[in-house]
Order: sequence, then C-alpha cells, then structure tokens
Amino acid sequence: MLRQLRLPRSGQAREGSPWKGMWVVIGKEMADHLTSARMLILELLILLTATGTVYVALQNMRQNTNNEAQFVFLRLFTTSQEPLPAFIGFLAILVPLIAIALTFDTVNGEFSQRTLSRVLSQPIYRDALLMGKFLASLFTLSLVLSAIWLLIIGLGILGTGVAPSGEEFVRILVFLIVTIFYGGVWLALAMVFSTVFRQAATAALASIAIWLFFTIFWNVIAGVIARALRPVQNGSVAEVMAQAELLQTLARISPNTLYAEGTVGLLNPATRAFGLVLPTQLDGAILGAPLPLGESILLIWPHLTLLIAATVLLFAVAYVIFQRQEIRA
Amino acid sequence: MGEPVIETKDLTKRYGQFEAVRSLNLTVEKGEVFGLLGPNGSGKTTTILMLLGLTEPTEGQVRVLGYDPAREPLSVKRRVGYLPDQIGFYDGLTARENLFYIARLNGLSRKEANQRIEESVERMGLTPVLDKKVKTFSRGMRQRLGLAELLLKQPQMIIMDEPTLGLDPEAARMFLQIIRDLKDTGITILLSSHLLHQVQEICDRVALFHRGKVVLTGAVGELARRVLGGAYHIRVCADGTSKELEQALRTLPGVVNLRYTSVGEIVLETTNDMRAEVASTVVTAGGKLKSLDIEQPNLDEIYAHYFEEVEHVAAA
Repeated sequence: MLRQLRLPRSGQAREGSPWKGMWVVIGKEMADHLTSARMLILELLILLTATGTVYVALQNMRQNTNNEAQFVFLRLFTTSQEPLPAFIGFLAILVPLIAIALTFDTVNGEFSQRTLSRVLSQPIYRDALLMGKFLASLFTLSLVLSAIWLLIIGLGILGTGVAPSGEEFVRILVFLIVTIFYGGVWLALAMVFSTVFRQAATAALASIAIWLFFTIFWNVIAGVIARALRPVQNGSVAEVMAQAELLQTLARISPNTLYAEGTVGLLNPATRAFGLVLPTQLDGAILGAPLPLGESILLIWPHLTLLIAATVLLFAVAYVIFQRQEIRA
Repeated sequence: MGEPVIETKDLTKRYGQFEAVRSLNLTVEKGEVFGLLGPNGSGKTTTILMLLGLTEPTEGQVRVLGYDPAREPLSVKRRVGYLPDQIGFYDGLTARENLFYIARLNGLSRKEANQRIEESVERMGLTPVLDKKVKTFSRGMRQRLGLAELLLKQPQMIIMDEPTLGLDPEAARMFLQIIRDLKDTGITILLSSHLLHQVQEICDRVALFHRGKVVLTGAVGELARRVLGGAYHIRVCADGTSKELEQALRTLPGVVNLRYTSVGEIVLETTNDMRAEVASTVVTAGGKLKSLDIEQPNLDEIYAHYFEEVEHVAAA
C-alpha cells in the first residue's frame, strides 16, 4: 500500500478543467444580482438619469434646430443643459458606483456567510468560482447598460422621428463597449478589495476611496506633479508642450480620464486629437469637420485597450490573492 | 480488515514556523466511523482540509479513495461529502435553492437535482421548510440541511467537522442517531470533535490529537486498556465500609486501583467486568450493599490520563 502511495496516479498536472461549474456559478450569481434590492435601486437611479437627460437633450435640440442636422443621436448622449449634466457625465459617476456595488462583497461575503468551504468542497476549482463571479458581475453590468442604451435609442427615435444612421449606430455601439469596460475596471478593483478585506464595509470604503481619489483629486495632483517635473521657466513652446504632455500622460492613469476622452472621441466626431494641438498640425484641416468613423475609432483605440487591460490586470491580482488564501476563516 | 479509504503518510502542514499537523500517519477503512478527537487547535480541521485538497500539505502523502487530493481534487470532492464546522448557507435563498446550487455544481441535471433534493430533504425531515429562506433556520435545522446536501451528492465517504458543536443535547442525540443510520448504509464516516464523551459511542476507532500530533489511535476500549490499565470502573455504594473491606477489595485479582468519592462511595478500577465478585466480597465482609454500577471507560479520562503520564515522564 505504501509503495502505491509514493506513485502519483497522474503526472504533475491537475486533473480536469479549471472552468468546470463556472456557468452554474454565473447563473446563480446573476440571479442574485438581478433580484437584489441594491441593484434595483441603482437601476432606478440610472433609468431616471437616462430619461431625464435625454428629455432635456431633446428639448434643447428642438430649440436649436438651426444647424448641425448631423449626428442627432450622438447629441442625445452629449447635450447638457443647466443644471443637468449630459448623460455621459452621469455615466462617468454612476457606472463605477454600480460596478463597486456589484462586487465589493462577492468574496468576503462567502467567508462571512461561511459558505466558501462548502462550495469549494464540491467538485469545482477556485478558478471557476472567482471567474464565474467576475463574469456574472460583468454580464449583469452589460445587461443593465445595454437596456439603458436601447431605451435611449428608443426615446431618441420617438423624440426626433429619425432612425440612427449606420455610422451613428456603430459609434454608440463602441461607446457602449467602452462604458462596459470602464465599469469592468471598477468591478475588478472592488473584487480585489473584496478578496483582500474580510469586512465587506472595508472593501466598499476602500473602493469608494479610490474612486473619489481619481474623480476629484487625481487631476489636481497630476497638475502639481507636471508643474514640478516640467516647469515652464522661459515660456518657450517646447516647455509648455513638455508640461502639457506629462500632464496628459499622468491624467490618463485615471480610468475616468480614459473614459472621458474615449466617449468624447466617439460621440463628438469633430474630435481629432486630445490635448495640445499645434497650429502646424492643423494645416489643411477643416475645423469642425467630422472625422470619418474609422479615424475616430483609431483615435480612441488606445483608450479602449487600456481599459480592458486594466480590467484584466486587476482581475489577475484578485485571482492570485484568492488562490493563495486559506479557506478557513 | 477492510480496504483503506484514507491513507496518510508523514502528512505535515506548516504555517510559517508553526506546525499545525506533524507527520500524521492514519488509515481509515471502508465502512467505519472514525473519530479525529482532540481539543481546539490541535490540527483536526487542517487534517480534514488536506484530505479534501482544500489546502496543500507541506510534506507527506495522502490518498483518499485511491486519489491524491492535491492533484486530483475533483475526483476526491465528487466522492466525498464535507460538512464543515459552523456550516453556512446563502441566507437570502431558500433551502431548495441552496441545495439546487450544490447539486448543479456537482454536475447533476435539473431533473435529477430536483429528484434528489426531494429525497434527501425528506430523509432529514425538512420537507415542510424546503421553500423557506435559510435565514429563518435554527442551528439544528441548518445542520440537517447540511446533511441533506451531503446525501444528494450520494458520497462514498462523509467528512464532518465538529458536527455536534452548538447543538442542544436533544438535537445532538438525534444527529448521532443519523450518523449511525448512515453508517448502516455502508458509508465511511470521518468526524472530528472536541466533545470526546459525546462521540465516543458512535466511533469504531478514534485518533487522539494533541498539538498537531496523533498520540493514540485505536478503538475506545483498546485505548482504555492501554492507557488506563484497568478499563472498567465499578462504583460501590455500601454501608459499613471498613478497612478490612477495603483490603479485601484491593486484593481481588483484576483490581487495579481503589479510591473514595467525596460522598464515601468506592470506585474500583478493574481489568474486566467483576461486579459479581465485588458484590460477594462486600457482603462477606459484612457490608450492606446498596448499589453497584459499572461505568464505561471515558475518552475524556483516557485523554487526561494520557497527558498526565506524558507530563510526568517529561518532568522526570
């Protein structure tokens, strides 16, 4: 018997697929999300802002029918009128909140309810549980955002009487994808905290703290750093350029900046670059003329890639921490 | 000897400097009820987690039902049911939803899952509360729901961590009866407990843990003979006990020790059941015998006695 003990049955590889049972987890978690009171409140909130801002945008467009018959649908998302900000402004704030609400207690909740050891003693790997939880949150977020997105298109068609053009449709579709991954970053971040902190309240506060930091303080701090590292002493163009470039690079560490630039690039087709533009670069350009669809997408491609990369990276961090954690609370 | 379902060889788990389990050698055979007993923090739960592949051993080997839990955890977990201590359920879901989730994680089809849920819940007497939310359940009900979950997996072996902890005496008794019934169906059961006296009657064999090491393994009676010398305690209550009577009892062959209780009863430690001899000795010596009881050897006593000896040896 003992001789048999020394011979492992298989090689060094783990048996079976790490994703076995993942869809069961996704099904259960999505059902939890979609029926929870927390999500209901956030959905109502986002519904309210969507209808509110679209209504205001439609009013605004009726009053200013003189010009810009182009891109009516895009202006539904971007038109603001005091005191309401545009819908994309609301999204920049609401999406992180929804994302954090979806995942801040997803792992530590299993610990505090003492369900983790029971679930992991079923024939699944930890991989399936964590991935399932993440995808369930991402799917829920996508579902909510897509529903709102369709609602706005519907309201737009009713309000303006025209259907979106092919180009407009592609632009707002890519905008939806950018929004989902902007949420993905915050989902993954809250998931990291949910794995690190055993108290759900601590995880929620930590996530909110990071969100506040990037929403309010980061731009100020980036400005201070840029002025300190690339001071403008002689007032030369090169110095001003260097400072502005550093400022922009620093600001882009924040997912909020990436999202803001991405949406502007997509929904305002006249956007041809972010940051400082020299007069020489505009040589031959017709100001205010829209960029073709392909060029706009090329412009925001790095932003979308960075948002996806940040999501994957943060999830990987949560994954590594979770794999190393002792099951026993 | 049946076939072994659990085998460990020099199994060790270290957390930094701390050795939670020290070179554990254990064999559990098919169909037996095996108890891992010892105080809290003596390594029982860590051992269980290693058997299930939920934590990796630092050194040594484990085989559960012929599989290596570290490399083939799915095969092990498919065949072994685990009831953790302080069992938790999703409070916001009903009992049925909780069980359904587990059934689906085990790869059962919807139809099969529903059928097995009905059966196992029926067996645990929880049918009336099947569609109630788990947050309304008492500790005893949760424990039974945990067992229902094990049953729907139809495991070859069940591992229970502190199954009677926090149950009132009536619920604990019921629970032990359920374990006996399960044993009768041929399932191997491994359970851990620090309430030695409570589980000693249902365990075929036990392993006593002390600071991460198994110090004694065997059937309870066998351990008693080994550690206590005399395995039987006879309690004599008689009027007119005298020095002569005491002397007569002491010289009976098979009597290992004699002591008085605080109320003046005599307790004899003997190697076999000597109630008849003791009774006739008392009567012959002129004492008036009022009662004569035999106490089964007690695991708590074995445990305490063993460590007294160990510490004596260490001090000497």
